[in-house]
Amino acid sequence: MTALAHAAVDPGGVDPAPPAPEAAKRSWTAYLLLLPGVLWLGVFFLLPLVQLAAVSLQSRYPGFAGYYYRDLNFANYASALTDYAPHFARSFLYAGLATLLAFALAYPLAYAMAFKAGKWRNLMMICVIAPFFTSFILRTFAWSQILADEGWVVGGLELLHLLPGGQIINTPVAVVAGLTYNFLPFMVLPIYASLERADPRVIEAGGDLYANGFTTFRTVTLPMSMPGVLAGTLLTFIPAAGDFVNMELLGPQQGKMVGNVINDQFLAIPGGYPVAAALSFTLMAAILVMVFLYVRRFGTEELV
Amino acid sequence: MAGFKEAQGDLRLESVTKTFGDFVAVDDIDLHVPRGSFFALLGPSGCGKTTTLRMIAGLEQPTSGRVLIGDTDLTGSRPYERPVNTVFQSYALFPHLTIRDNVAFGPKRRKAADAATLAADALELVQMTQFAGRKPAQLSGGQQQRVALARALVNHPEVLLLDEPLGALDLKLRREMQVELKRIQTEVGLTFIHVTHDQEEAMTMADTVAVMNKGTIEQLGAPADLYDLPRTRFVANFLGQANTGVGAIEGTDGDHLVADVLGTKVRINKARSQVHDGNVLFGVRPEKVQVSRTKPDGVGNDVKGVVRDVSFLGVATSYLVDMPSGTTWSCYEQNLDVDPIDLRPGDEVWLTWNPGHAFGVAAEDQ
Repeated sequence: MTALAHAAVDPGGVDPAPPAPEAAKRSWTAYLLLLPGVLWLGVFFLLPLVQLAAVSLQSRYPGFAGYYYRDLNFANYASALTDYAPHFARSFLYAGLATLLAFALAYPLAYAMAFKAGKWRNLMMICVIAPFFTSFILRTFAWSQILADEGWVVGGLELLHLLPGGQIINTPVAVVAGLTYNFLPFMVLPIYASLERADPRVIEAGGDLYANGFTTFRTVTLPMSMPGVLAGTLLTFIPAAGDFVNMELLGPQQGKMVGNVINDQFLAIPGGYPVAAALSFTLMAAILVMVFLYVRRFGTEELV
Repeated sequence: MAGFKEAQGDLRLESVTKTFGDFVAVDDIDLHVPRGSFFALLGPSGCGKTTTLRMIAGLEQPTSGRVLIGDTDLTGSRPYERPVNTVFQSYALFPHLTIRDNVAFGPKRRKAADAATLAADALELVQMTQFAGRKPAQLSGGQQQRVALARALVNHPEVLLLDEPLGALDLKLRREMQVELKRIQTEVGLTFIHVTHDQEEAMTMADTVAVMNKGTIEQLGAPADLYDLPRTRFVANFLGQANTGVGAIEGTDGDHLVADVLGTKVRINKARSQVHDGNVLFGVRPEKVQVSRTKPDGVGNDVKGVVRDVSFLGVATSYLVDMPSGTTWSCYEQNLDVDPIDLRPGDEVWLTWNPGHAFGVAAEDQ
């Protein structure tokens, strides 16, 4: 028994530290491997970010449209927040709805692929990934056809008297539909990965320990797939909140999202650069805060 | 608990068959396991032992036949309706729950008011109390194994199923857990059904062993009986080592059958042979064979051979001896002589055994 008790207490041997020269060599290799990525991020992400921060604080030369000087003009942020608060709200609302819809569609699909598909699994996987072979813009255009007034979706709904307004295209409904469709694979794949990785014996163990099918799903399968759900919702919500293409091609003329405002300020309006930069930073900060709170609430030790 | 079956008594399988497509995994087996016994299903991989276990658990349904505990027919009921719990091969602990919550999972599902106390007691039984707050990934294999055992035992099932529970442990830990499992079984008095391909493990722990092969039970009995008197060729070869040879039965000599194994006459006690004419697979266990330099007097069977290999094992010395029939026999000498026999490869020796130790089974598998 003493040997047994000892075996139970022993937390497992601790690996002895590797010899120093070996460790030094290995760490240099690691830095070398990291170098291209670090350079890339530095030149194409960090520097532009700093520049954008500088632009967001610039002031306009009075009387010269399109000319700016370096400044610490926080009024750009004030204007971003006050003038465009409804746009932020819409962005988060539509992205949130699209994330919920995508989750509702993706979970059963990922579950079927992981546990029920059998020989159809690869075909289903191809179907999920296939849209990536065409451009994002083209696919969104296709949705403007699908949801057009003369299209079969509107026709079918009118036949069933389910569409009193008579229009889907150019409404927020079309925008949410487009966002849901475009980001669905980003929801499906991580959930599928986490379900597929789950040991089927663990799910069987739920049944063996007196949990019926639904209880096993609620107490075992779903919690085990939470890392995938977390990754999927982040991969859907973050790009959807900043998206402007779906609103541009499918949405109404009035009531745009913040992505459209940034796009318009940068490209269309003379002198909109600082406000556009300030909007970008505000959006980024807002998303960071939301993601932080979300991960704190639902996160597990590991992402994905 | 809707549908839960409170069954008590012996476990019985009646004419149970399970097919997967064309493949017959379990072929019409009948089994009777008395309440409170430690029963082992032993066989090579693919012999149907795990499928049998899964049918008892309800994780598979038999294609035909019935599974009963006492008088309650469990056939067709779901796993969560059965008073049966499983210790899975890879432990299958819930990775997202602490050890405490893993063990309390069953009692909570059964709405036990004292789930926490039950879990604490079960962890105490397997000496894992101090790890209650950890997650499964933070435990070693042996520790996870104990938790898996506690998670099943806490429910006090009528039958506890163990699916190769020690397979992933190293040898030393496996030996310790064998003793430990046996202790716990005696302590809680539940029916244990242990599936394993390790014959030594089955023999050490179980009261009764069923040797399975190709979906059927080849032989069932106490470990010593199976070892001493195998009734099929498969059992003779699977359970421990056996020195064997195929011979033709030529006649009888009193209580003995006389067979000719490639020129060597051997005698088998009639009661210890499954066949009485035609070809017989003759066998004798290595420790029953004695080695000597000179021809011994009238024990019954003796054959001259040439030593091929000598290995000193400490408690015993193992010899491989080439026989005139062309096969190689193995035998052991306990090292208790003051003057060791000191054989070398190439030495001629006499092998002797008592005909009462020999056994005969059908030369071809049925």
